Amino acid sequence: MINSNILSLKNSRRLNTLIIGVFAWTVALLIFFPILWMILTSFKTEIDAFATPPQLFFTPTLENYALINERSDYFHFAWNSVVVSFGSTIIGMLIAVPAAYSMAFFETRRTKSTLLWMLSTKMLPPVGVLVPIYLLFKDFGLLDTRTGLTVIYTLINLPIMVWMAYTYFKEIPKEVLEAARMDGATVAQEIYRVLLPMSKGGLASTVLLSLILSWNEAFWSLNLTASAAAPLTALIASYSSPEGLFWAKLSAVSTLACAPILIFGWISQKQLVRGLSFGAVK
Amino acid sequence: MSLSTVETLSSRTTGSQDASIVSIAKKNARVSRYMVSPSVLVLLLWMIVPLSMTIYFSLIRYNLLYPGENEFVGFENYEFFLTDEGFFAGMGNTLLLVGFTLLITVVLGVLISVLVNKAFWGRGIVRVMLISPFFIMPTVNALVWKNLLLHPVSGVFAAVWTFFGAEPIDWFTHYPLTAIIMIVSWQWLPFAILILMTALQSLDQEQQEAARLDGAGPWALFYHITLPHLARPIAVVVMIETIFLLSIFAEIFTTTGGGPGYETTNLAYLIYSQALLQFDVGLASAGGLIAVLLANIAAFFLVRMIGKNLTEA
Amino acid sequence: MSNLTIKNLKKSYADTEILKGINLDIKDHEFVVFVGPSGCGKSTLLRTIAGLEEATSGNIYLDEREITDVAPAKRDLAMVFQTYALYPHMTVRKNMSFALELAGTNKSEIETKVNEAARILELQPLLDRKPKELSGGQRQRVAIGRSIVRHPKVFLFDEPLSNLDAALRVQMRLELARLHHDLNATMIYVTHDQIEAMTLADKVVVLNQGHIEQVGTPMELYHRPANQFVAGFMGMPKMSFLPGQIIAGDNSGLQVQLASGSKLEVPVRAEGLTKGSTITLGIRPEHIQVTDQQEGRFKGRLDVTEHLGSDTFCYVQTSAKETLTVRTPGDFSGRFGDTVGLNFDAAHCHLFGSDGRSLERIQSNF
Repeated sequence: MINSNILSLKNSRRLNTLIIGVFAWTVALLIFFPILWMILTSFKTEIDAFATPPQLFFTPTLENYALINERSDYFHFAWNSVVVSFGSTIIGMLIAVPAAYSMAFFETRRTKSTLLWMLSTKMLPPVGVLVPIYLLFKDFGLLDTRTGLTVIYTLINLPIMVWMAYTYFKEIPKEVLEAARMDGATVAQEIYRVLLPMSKGGLASTVLLSLILSWNEAFWSLNLTASAAAPLTALIASYSSPEGLFWAKLSAVSTLACAPILIFGWISQKQLVRGLSFGAVK
Repeated sequence: MSLSTVETLSSRTTGSQDASIVSIAKKNARVSRYMVSPSVLVLLLWMIVPLSMTIYFSLIRYNLLYPGENEFVGFENYEFFLTDEGFFAGMGNTLLLVGFTLLITVVLGVLISVLVNKAFWGRGIVRVMLISPFFIMPTVNALVWKNLLLHPVSGVFAAVWTFFGAEPIDWFTHYPLTAIIMIVSWQWLPFAILILMTALQSLDQEQQEAARLDGAGPWALFYHITLPHLARPIAVVVMIETIFLLSIFAEIFTTTGGGPGYETTNLAYLIYSQALLQFDVGLASAGGLIAVLLANIAAFFLVRMIGKNLTEA
Repeated sequence: MSNLTIKNLKKSYADTEILKGINLDIKDHEFVVFVGPSGCGKSTLLRTIAGLEEATSGNIYLDEREITDVAPAKRDLAMVFQTYALYPHMTVRKNMSFALELAGTNKSEIETKVNEAARILELQPLLDRKPKELSGGQRQRVAIGRSIVRHPKVFLFDEPLSNLDAALRVQMRLELARLHHDLNATMIYVTHDQIEAMTLADKVVVLNQGHIEQVGTPMELYHRPANQFVAGFMGMPKMSFLPGQIIAGDNSGLQVQLASGSKLEVPVRAEGLTKGSTITLGIRPEHIQVTDQQEGRFKGRLDVTEHLGSDTFCYVQTSAKETLTVRTPGDFSGRFGDTVGLNFDAAHCHLFGSDGRSLERIQSNF
């Protein structure tokens, strides 16, 4: 009798797992469906893409990817995205890492309020400063330049980068840096030879988050660029015009534009939580 | 070297072989100040310059189409903005958009993250699929939904409706705000799932086992253990989403352009259209400040909570 | 030579004074242990000597050279941290050579010194591993090795054994003692564990609330504590304290009456004490004997007994609610609630004035 009880417990558990699994997969596929559909559409001909009812089975074609540059200069926009995202991330890290280091290891009475204040700048809604920024950019000739957009991205992402680097540095035992100091390391040696190698995982996810946020940013890029410095977000927005009924091409461009970031996001999903929640959830 | 350092040094140099080695602590304190200042400085500029300009613009008459007439008008711009029919529509739409998106993302977020917290086959892939929409750029998101999914003739939804014998819906004509809410929720649900899923992993296993030994069933477990544990992360999700949802722009810009009429115009889009489509800088600035005020209400609680977290750590 | 002298050292954080004027001389080759309860300032004192904390006032000299404001690396000191503080991204060899490398020592010399340290600490087979692949004890040895290679004038240890499990702690304690002997170096060691202090030190410095309570050899502190704090801190289990009153005094000692009514004469100087003033009597567990109910100076009820095998420690409550700790042989068979008699020799008793200071013994047998 005892035996049969254990068996049934085991079986019901197995059944439970199965039900949960089927359910979870269904939900996940539903949520992922738009992305899947976009990828599928990118391999259709324009006619298949617009067919009624939508075609689940079709003869795949690569022509949309081959003609990626046809409707608009895709690589021009992609290059803008790369320059602006990487540019703002590099500059941001150069400013953020020293700040995070000093706040994590030389805490003063002001450190906490400085950190919170930095975060609060991130909470400023962009529309609140849209007008002056637009006018300033116009006066300084920064409208539709990669420099201008890089500056803005650096500023809007800086608080998150400082914050994230700060929380990672906080996890490094202070004693290790003190040991380095006892061993005769200068401040620069302490940072480059001890701190950075010890926190490279955390800093890598900080870099990834900054890249993701810059790449996908679509308020300032739509408002401050027209064509010369427009990144991919703006290129794709241009497909919304009525003449843009090129769904297959739209899908191909979108797939290409989203793929790298999607992969970055998958790689660093766990670590991103910290940056996305401003350190409130780890 | 500051004067005070020189004084303390000279009073102590007796016997010190190397007077050039300044007290390491003082040196570190100074170095650390230099290291924080670039961040503080640029953020201070970023905050103060445009914000004070916004305040100034909001108090004068300033339209780019009529240059030179920039006299002080007091709170006239605020009056105009607040009494404009666009403001009521924009305010209402903002609240509906934020409210419904929060409701959908939090409720579904909790259910889905609890669901995938159990072990089953292929959980890693499921999780990756669940969080993916968050990494899709907003303009892609908007156009994929508008064209491939919600299109009244060739969209996937239309096909599903037809399959069940229903009349396909022209979402952007008849339910434009609902369509926007769907798009935005699809983007932000993964954010809620990501945060809540991570938070669930830190749920104390022993606590759950203790509750199970006390005879708690799955519902009691969820209600008395899981949900209280998620209270804080849910609050974080609500506040962060609020801050971002108040400024939703690209999704509206690429799909409806705020229309038809004011039906999908939120505050952010309203201010944008007043500034860059109607060139009324004064009016847009007044609106911008009102948006800042709203965001600050959410930010206030968030900062307080994170600050508390900081002291606990 | 490495003599360390500390003069009137003070340290404050904001409004809190952590060190309230420390004066101390540490001689060449000495093994000095700073001991005290947590928060007494012992770690701060060590870190100030190391240069990791800045002194608020006062001076530190190492062999006539003032080092109060010198950078930590230039002080000729090396430190072993409680958490070991190894560089996790470097191999054991790299960890040990890092300081030499920063100082610009040439390669062959680094090689020699690292190998030498590795030989002393038996780390040769581990040189190319990373710290996370090592056990706690091995990490501890690497941390020590890192300080050995620099040939510092003084070694500083900040609670180095407190992260190890009990068995390993005993083993490492022995190794440290051996190392001190082999290197013949000056060492300063911080601990809250009075057994480590007793077993390792040439000289123990007892700290409490930011000042030094007493400096002396372990035996001096044990047998002639300067005050009630030191008496209570050194010794395991603790000395028992009984409140009492002075009833008379003469050249041969002090007549004391305890709360339970019993009187005894303790051979301490009576000068400056008045009749009727309160004192505290202290007696160590090994100086009390359990006897028959009738014979004892005290009667008490047996509370808990702890059998350690070699000894049994009994906790006895007297009628006046005083608790006494008594060491009895391992085969002691008393049981909870038994009434027992207690006896002790007045010569073994310590007396502390109302200010906590020890009253001076007339003649010491120890």
